[in-house]
This record gives sequence, C-alpha cells and structure tokens, in this order.
Amino acid sequence: MTATAYDKQVASEIIARFDARGEMLVQILQAFIERFAWIPEDAVRQLADELNLSRAEVHGVVSYYHDFRTTPPGKRIVKICQAEACQAMGSRELSAHAEKSLGVAMNASNADITLEPVYCLGNCACSPAVMVDGKTYGRVSRQQFDDIVATSGDAS
Amino acid sequence: MPRETAAISVGADDVAIAIARHAKVAGDNIELIRNGSWGATWLEPLVEVAVDDQRIAYGNVEASNIPGLFTAGFLSGGEHAKRIGPTVEIPYLINQDRWTFWRCGLIDPLSIDDFRAHHGFKALEKALDIGAQSVIDAVKDSGLRGRGGAGFPTGIKWQTVADVQSEQKYIACNADEGDSGTFSDRILMEGDPLGLIESMAIAGFAVGADRGYIYLRSEYPLTHRILSRAIEVARDNGWLGDDIQGSGFDFDIELHLGAGSYVCGEETAMLESLEGKPGIVRYKPPLPAFEGLFGQPTVVNNVVTLASVANIVNIGSEKYASFGVDRSKGTLAFQLAGNIKRGGLVEKGFGITLREVIEDWGGGTASGRPVKAVQVGGPLGAYLPAEQLDTPLTYEAFIEIGAMVGHGGIVVFDDTADMALQARFAMEFCSIESCGKCTPCRIGSTRGAEVIDKIVAGENRDENLELLVELCDTMEDASLCAMGGMTPYPVRSVLKHFAGDFSSAGSADA
Repeated sequence: MTATAYDKQVASEIIARFDARGEMLVQILQAFIERFAWIPEDAVRQLADELNLSRAEVHGVVSYYHDFRTTPPGKRIVKICQAEACQAMGSRELSAHAEKSLGVAMNASNADITLEPVYCLGNCACSPAVMVDGKTYGRVSRQQFDDIVATSGDAS
Repeated sequence: MPRETAAISVGADDVAIAIARHAKVAGDNIELIRNGSWGATWLEPLVEVAVDDQRIAYGNVEASNIPGLFTAGFLSGGEHAKRIGPTVEIPYLINQDRWTFWRCGLIDPLSIDDFRAHHGFKALEKALDIGAQSVIDAVKDSGLRGRGGAGFPTGIKWQTVADVQSEQKYIACNADEGDSGTFSDRILMEGDPLGLIESMAIAGFAVGADRGYIYLRSEYPLTHRILSRAIEVARDNGWLGDDIQGSGFDFDIELHLGAGSYVCGEETAMLESLEGKPGIVRYKPPLPAFEGLFGQPTVVNNVVTLASVANIVNIGSEKYASFGVDRSKGTLAFQLAGNIKRGGLVEKGFGITLREVIEDWGGGTASGRPVKAVQVGGPLGAYLPAEQLDTPLTYEAFIEIGAMVGHGGIVVFDDTADMALQARFAMEFCSIESCGKCTPCRIGSTRGAEVIDKIVAGENRDENLELLVELCDTMEDASLCAMGGMTPYPVRSVLKHFAGDFSSAGSADA
C-alpha cells in the first residue's frame, strides 16, 4: 500500500459512490484509506462540505478510529499482533526483533515501512500473526518475518 | 484447498498454485475447489482429494511437497508422509457436535448449488411456512443465548423486537470479532457465508425487519471479499432483495467495515459506528431492542448466534437443546489458541471441561511445557490456573469462579508466561481501546497500568496492591460497559492465582 497524492476529484467520486450519505462516513473513510493510504486535512474539509457535516464531526470520526491514520505511511505497512494469543507465542519478542531489523519503532514510519501494532487478526491458532499490506501471515518466526518483509511487494 | 485466512496465512495459496501448475504439466485434469476450513487449523494447509466419493486429507502440506505428492499418486489418494486419511475419520472433527459449523469445510462457500444441496435455505423456506411467531418460539425453546459473550437469551430479544410497533426495524449482525483467541465468526463467514445470510433473513422475517447490517472488523480483509461476494450471489439468486422467492417477504443486507476499534464490538458502540459516528458507547436504557440503529427497534446478535438459528429451525429446538447442560443449552464453538499444539475450532455441547478441550483436542502446549494459565473469553476474561482446568465450560460454572465463557476463545500460556505482565497488558489494552466516555475506564486503565508497574518495581508494594484492588472495584462498579467493567477480571485473577508474579523478580520461574 503506497500513499498516493490526495485527489479531490477521486475523493468526490468515492463520496458519490456512497450517495454522499453522512451515515456512511466510516465507510467512505475506509475507501479513502484504501485509495490514498491516509486521511489528510484536505479530506476532512472536503468530507465536511460534501456530507454537510461540521469539520469537528468529521475530525471526531477520523481521530477516533485506529485505521484512519493522518500521516502518510511508508511504502509497506507491517502490523504485528500484540494480543494475548500471540503474546503466548512470543509476539513481544517478535516485535522487538522487528523494530531492530527494520530500524523503525512500533507506531512509527520511515519512507519504506510503517510498523503498527494490531490487536488480533483472528489468526490465533497460528500465532504469532503478522499482516503485511493487508495479507495475513501465521506461525511467524523471526526468520520468516525477515523473509516476508524482504519478499513482499507493495501490491495488494 | 481452503480459501480461509488461517490456511492462507500458512501458505494455502502457494500450495493451490503449485497443485494447479503441476497438474497442468502432468496433464492431469483436476477441478480445484476453494472450500472453507474445517477448523482443524493445526493441520493447515489441509489439502483434500476427492476419490470415489471419499475425501482423502493431506495435512500441513507445503508447496515444496507437491512434486512428491504427485509422484506418490495423491490424486488417487496415494500413500505419503503427509497423508492423514479420509477427512470423515479425523478424530479432531468427528468427535465434535458440529451443528452450526457443519457446512464449514464441506462445501464451496460461494456456490449456491452446493449450499442448496446441503439444506441451504431450507430453514428460511420452513420459517416462511410456519410463520414468524413459531420461529421465535423455536428460538426460545432451543435455549439459545448470545454467543458473542453476554449470553442473553436470543428468543427473548427477538420477541421484544417483534412486539414493538414500528415502521422500520433492523437486524444488526455483530461481526466485530475483536477478542484475542477468537476466530469462530471468521471461520463461519469464510466457510459458510450463505448460512449466515439465510439466518439473518430468518431473523428479519421473525421480527418484521426488512433490512440487515453486518458490521465486519477491518482486520478481516479476506472475509470481507468472501462475504461481499456471497451477498451478491444471494441477491442474484433471489434470496435477498424484494419479494424473496415470491414469498412477499423483503430483506436485504448491507455490509459495513469497522475501522480498528475494539470497543465497537460492544453493541451500542457498534450501532454508533454503523451510523457513521465515533464508536462511543450509549447509555442503556433504552435497549437497542426498542431504540437501536437510527433510533429504530434493532436485533443485535453475534455471527454465531444468528448462524445457529437456521439449524435450530431445521433440526428442531428440542434436538438442539438436548446438547449442553443447565441453562447453557446447545453447542459452543470453542477456539483453541495461543500456546497450543493442535489449535483450531471445536464445536461441542456445553459442559465439556476446559481440560478435555485443551488436552484431548489441543494436545497440550505447543512448547511441550506445562500449562500455567488459560485465558477464556477474550481480553476481559479471567486467567485460570492449571488447578481450575476441570471446570465445565458452561455460563453458570464460569460465573461461579469469577470467569466467563464469553465468545468461547481459549488462550493457553505455558509456564514461561509472566502473569504480572499479562495483568498490566489488560489495563494497557483498556487504556488504548477505551472509548473515553466514562471516567473509570478512561482514566482507571491508565492508572491501573501505572500501579502495576509500581508493584512490580517493589514500590510501596502493600499499599499499591490495596490501591489496585480499590481501582478494580471502581472500574467494575462504575464503568458504562464491559470494557472498563470487566478489565478487572483478568487483573484480579492474576492477583488471586499468580500473586508471586508481582514480585520485582518478574517471575518466569517464581
């Protein structure tokens, strides 16, 4: 998933796809994330205008949900599950390894990588679990983690 | 070859590609069907080959095994180190009571013909025939209770919504399966999505709702693709939309995605999110049954709760209620996760003990070390010590020991686990995911993590332990919803059963 420049025209088309219904705001923002990978301030203004909501209302939704990041991510988004089942199989150690080998702290980005925690990918019988660019991996050892990150492209 | 998140996460797609390629080169004419998962996740990727009306299973197959498997003649069930035998003889599967998940793994989830050939839409037809009240009565008589965690009697909820006079009512399916250690909703939606759709339509017919919503968490992208397609398939075949199969009954489903918020699994927060707002919990009353989505009467049920209904209508409430014990009737899909040798989904009548599930099905820990703690019911569930493994899995028995069955997730930890760290995580998770509406949850969780840090560091240990207990009391008594109200459960259970881990030594070997 690569951050692409925000495009008002494309954004308008997405909003229209949801009939510019205010109650679809969470769905529209998800579609923005899929298209642009993040939610810039311009998007908040445009959504407020086109959905007839206040900017505060839109900002409230954007800031509430973990998925709606407001800074551009790196070329690849790596999420490591931090929930209990994965903890029982060494996700804390895997996360420490990832921070070291990628040179990025949890909840931080560089141009290449965004490293984020995630609280359960529903892959708890194959712990520890990792998601790279929307694809879920299970039974991930440190070696496998390095291989996955090295081989995954930014296709999705 | 399953097209299911867990199977794919360990290489099922690569194996499928390798099989297709190899068959082409070898000139073998095969039909590759992507089914759901049987839930024997520890055997994934599990390849099944249909040979003379029998399905022969090969487990833990890797793409690199494919040339060898072809040489061994696996297309005709040939012998190989990976060969398990006929799927119908796998003990892990045949010893279950598979009533709700019976089609998962068996059928092609997106084939309407396959679904129809396995009783698909029979229950909806029967419901339309016997009438709404008879359906509600069947659900009541079955003793079905909410499988999402709260365990509220489903039939009573439906009756309430049915009895409210309103122009517009809704069915809201909670597919925000956020509890760690749970994946039964996902396995069902990926393996039998049409079954869920059928049950939602039955719910709509029973209470007089013509519109359903599924609120699916965004962490399940594959589920989203499968479910979207299944809704289209149902619509294209006249099983969703106006005048379903000429019955005069209208029902359609809209699929919504969550956005990474745990608390949106709480029913009123989910309704807020479905309305496009921040997922902040509502005060109750009014209950959603009276004023739910957009202020209208709404049935809010978890995926497995809803999906159980078609089967109840098909086999009858008496048969369904013959499984389970006490007021825990029917079956629950237990999910074995964490440090477990044979993880996966086990649907079984209530009353089986935790030990039976963990040892007989799970085969003990993956590490081979002794079990130290088991967290049942997600991040808000208590940590049980090995001495409590003989507790029967029923709503009642678990409440008695200060725990909960919840959504049936069972997360196993071996003796290397630091339980003080797990107690701290319970507080930390609450502080990350709290919606912020009520103070005990929003502030209490942050203070809770700080106090645990102090205890572990040996700072005024006794006073801080007392403070932690007081904080737990406040959160339990004064929080608006289960997020703050139950976060103390895991914390208290660690204080009670693993107090040694709170010493500054940390404690892996305490």
